[in-house]
Amino acid sequence: MKRRKLLKILSLTACLAIAAVPSFTKAASSEPIKVGILHSLSGTMAISETSLKDVALMTIEEINKNGGVMGRQIEAVVVDPASNWPLFAEKARQLLSQDKVAVVFGCWTSVSRKSVLPVFEELNGLLFYPVQYEGEEMQKNVFYTGAAPNQQAIPAVEYLMSKEGGGATRFFLLGTDYVYPRTTNKILRAFLHAKGVQDSDIAEVYTPFGHSDYQTIVADVKKFAQGGKTAVISTINGDSNVPFYKELGNQGIKATDVPVVAFSVGEEELRGIDAKPLAGHLAAWNYFMSLRNPVNTAFKKEWAAYVQAHNLPGGDKRVTNDPMEATYVGIHMWKQAVEKAGTTNVDKVIEAAYGQKFNAPCGFELELDANHHLHKPVFIGEIRPDGQFSVVWKTKGPVRAQPWSPYIPGNESKPDHLTVVPLLPVDHGTDTATAQDVGR
Amino acid sequence: MRRSLCTLTVIMFWMIAGVSGAVGLTADDLKPLAEDDFDAKSQAIDRVIASGNDVALRLLEALNKERVVATDDDTVLIQEGNTLKDPITNAPVSTAASEVQPIALNNSLRARVASALSGLRLQAPDRAVRARAIDALLHGPDPSLKAEIEAARSKELDPVLKNRLDQLWALTALQDPDPAKRLQAAQLIGQRKDPQMRGLLLPLLEKNKDGAYAESDPKVRAAAGDALKAMAFEQWQIEMVGTLFAGLSLGSILLLAALGLAITYGLIGVINMAHGEFLMIGAYATYLVQEFFRRNLAGALDWYPLAAVPVSFMAAAIAGFILERLVLRLLYGRPLETLLSTFGVSLVLIQTVRVVFGAQNVQVANPSWMSGGVAIMPNLILPFNRIAIMIFALLVVGTAALVLNRTRLGLFIRATTQNRRMAACCGIRTWKVDSYAFAFGAGIAGLGGCALSQIGNVGPDLGQSYIIDSFMAVVLGGVGQLAGTIVGAMGLGLVSKVIEPFWGAVLAKIAVLVLIVLFIQKRPRGLFALKGRSVEI
Repeated sequence: MKRRKLLKILSLTACLAIAAVPSFTKAASSEPIKVGILHSLSGTMAISETSLKDVALMTIEEINKNGGVMGRQIEAVVVDPASNWPLFAEKARQLLSQDKVAVVFGCWTSVSRKSVLPVFEELNGLLFYPVQYEGEEMQKNVFYTGAAPNQQAIPAVEYLMSKEGGGATRFFLLGTDYVYPRTTNKILRAFLHAKGVQDSDIAEVYTPFGHSDYQTIVADVKKFAQGGKTAVISTINGDSNVPFYKELGNQGIKATDVPVVAFSVGEEELRGIDAKPLAGHLAAWNYFMSLRNPVNTAFKKEWAAYVQAHNLPGGDKRVTNDPMEATYVGIHMWKQAVEKAGTTNVDKVIEAAYGQKFNAPCGFELELDANHHLHKPVFIGEIRPDGQFSVVWKTKGPVRAQPWSPYIPGNESKPDHLTVVPLLPVDHGTDTATAQDVGR
Repeated sequence: MRRSLCTLTVIMFWMIAGVSGAVGLTADDLKPLAEDDFDAKSQAIDRVIASGNDVALRLLEALNKERVVATDDDTVLIQEGNTLKDPITNAPVSTAASEVQPIALNNSLRARVASALSGLRLQAPDRAVRARAIDALLHGPDPSLKAEIEAARSKELDPVLKNRLDQLWALTALQDPDPAKRLQAAQLIGQRKDPQMRGLLLPLLEKNKDGAYAESDPKVRAAAGDALKAMAFEQWQIEMVGTLFAGLSLGSILLLAALGLAITYGLIGVINMAHGEFLMIGAYATYLVQEFFRRNLAGALDWYPLAAVPVSFMAAAIAGFILERLVLRLLYGRPLETLLSTFGVSLVLIQTVRVVFGAQNVQVANPSWMSGGVAIMPNLILPFNRIAIMIFALLVVGTAALVLNRTRLGLFIRATTQNRRMAACCGIRTWKVDSYAFAFGAGIAGLGGCALSQIGNVGPDLGQSYIIDSFMAVVLGGVGQLAGTIVGAMGLGLVSKVIEPFWGAVLAKIAVLVLIVLFIQKRPRGLFALKGRSVEI
């Protein structure tokens, strides 16, 4: 009897509390703008995506503190798609049609992005996707703030082939078996062919998700390296990297003999591992936490303060990484576009977003191109024993993205930028120069 | 001792420098080291190597140990502890350690520094230093050191080192203008049989564009061909031994993961979907012990795994005991409900760990004695952590077998699982036996987790990746038998490693599953079926 009464009282107060919140906000001069955050907070991808949710909330807090967007506060709606690809689509639909969010920041794996695409097209939503990916996509409803292959994979291979990078002549392409590594390796193989590397000097090996026994593969790498200077190009995803590098170190392969360059290993992934066996191996990104410039210093300070203020797990060991920077840049780009358009209407915001510029923590002023990708600088970093990277090579400036890789046949006829919406007079004259810069 | 070594090497330097023409190094020569430009940096290092005096040795040693730093105005200094020294005068300078940045080398420069340093140490008075230098160069031959190697070869008296120097010489002499020397070199390389050196011999047998062989002397070609054949055989042997070791290693990991399940599922008959989470608890216990050592007993950090073994056993055993008392006790005889409730418990445990420790993996480092490996053949290194885990698996299996077959608790467990009512009639408190047996099985799983933390990741999802493999090993071996689980796990490990080189890791996994399905069709009760055992629960 008593319990029932208690429940009644509790639910009554809860109802009152819920009812009270909107009435308060309505009383304010203008309603807050709702934005959706669609990152897995449980399941296998939680390891990577949780910090993107955190950094998105931090950025929103920062924008709100500085007066919001067009004088309106931003209100984040956080949902958890639980590393479940169909659930991503469901949650995206919920965000767009029920919560009526103006924009969504989210997704990590390519398969989650592919699963939400139809929803964003159907409901004409707007998604900012912050992770490096395989390219071959240019959707009107998506802005890609991570790297396309020519902003990460191809410069990395060029570096390995150069004298400075060790002059590799044989390449061991090793990846987890899903769409990103397969497509990236397809592009890389075509690129290597164009550079005169024979098929006999390229090995391509895949492992299942969560693979943990790399004994045979490391023995294969050793055997392959007998034929000449070898480099391993790793698209291994997530925590499989740890057993791989451990095995490499224990079987006596040093970074000076066979360097491994990874496209999915960043500061956040290294936080969970003893990085000593990895020291000297390489990673290619568009941002490293160790970059020294005033914007990055401020960004890191803001992040550390946010972690402390909200008592996030990990505490002072929390780091920043490339997708976090891309999330941060994405939210600011959206804010600038909304302010330019004077509305949150998706079509108008997309139009206004072209040509937006933002001083990013990577140390450069990044521009959002009409091809829906950012111009980004490329850095090659060497893993240090403390889990940070020291930059050993970088491009002179930001590189324009080529989402349709010229190394995949049939892409020549694909549009260079989206023509669905009329283009603004953005000066593309300088862009072509940077695009050719990649070919170096 | 060290000083005399230094002076001797200095004398040697002057000898080399006398040949190449001594160049004095100035501070300006070193400035490019601090710059970002790779070409300038590499030329500066070349100048240092070429100058070949004691300054060069000091600089190269410091570069090799990553102890060279630079101030903001590109003055290069050597850091020793908290004091900074001028590399040319070797005198301490007043610059504070906080004002300098370490000089970053990349892999190709690091390799060059290391090989130059080895070249300079080939005639060091200390035998161990010489041996290390020779081995380093044998691993990564550097043709530019030919003169140094020849000089060292003519002076070396130690027969073992002399032999190794001959081989080292052979690696650089394949392009010698004298055919007799080339022949000798090819023969020496053949004797060493290191498949790593195939790349040096292969070009000799190739034909140029005009159809003539790259190597003009047929005798040298024949010797190179023989050497390549010997290497191919050696490589075949290495692959055989390597595959066998990899299979046994994977098998012992599966065994450690499955052994706890062999007791809880195999003997007691509880379908425990939370088994993987006991592994996880054991691994997190290991992590906590490591952190405790790091904070309080930093000197003994290398020995934390020894303390982690009993802790992880107890942690998982207590968790198992609580699970049995609170949940399983109420569900005996209802396998479906047991399965569902333990699955629920596993989700609760995973999410709890995620809340407490965060979704990120935690860092469990191998102690130094478990890092690296032992080279049993050229180009075949068996990692220490895998060897340690094999031995540990043997010990755990032995302990489990002893407890089950030689102790009173083991007797009670066997009696209860064979005939519960009869055992109860004989005065065994069967509910107590159930609790202890389950806790023991969970504890063994905790030991497995402790071992797995040394080889893979420690994160909330750790258990999920092993639960299926564990069930496979137990079912394949035959439910109710420890021996069955051992054979099942080792068999699974060996079969997957034998298949993997041919079909790749993805197909190998599928093939193993198909094989198991076929096998269970033929022998539904596994390899070691218990005869006449009544299915009780």
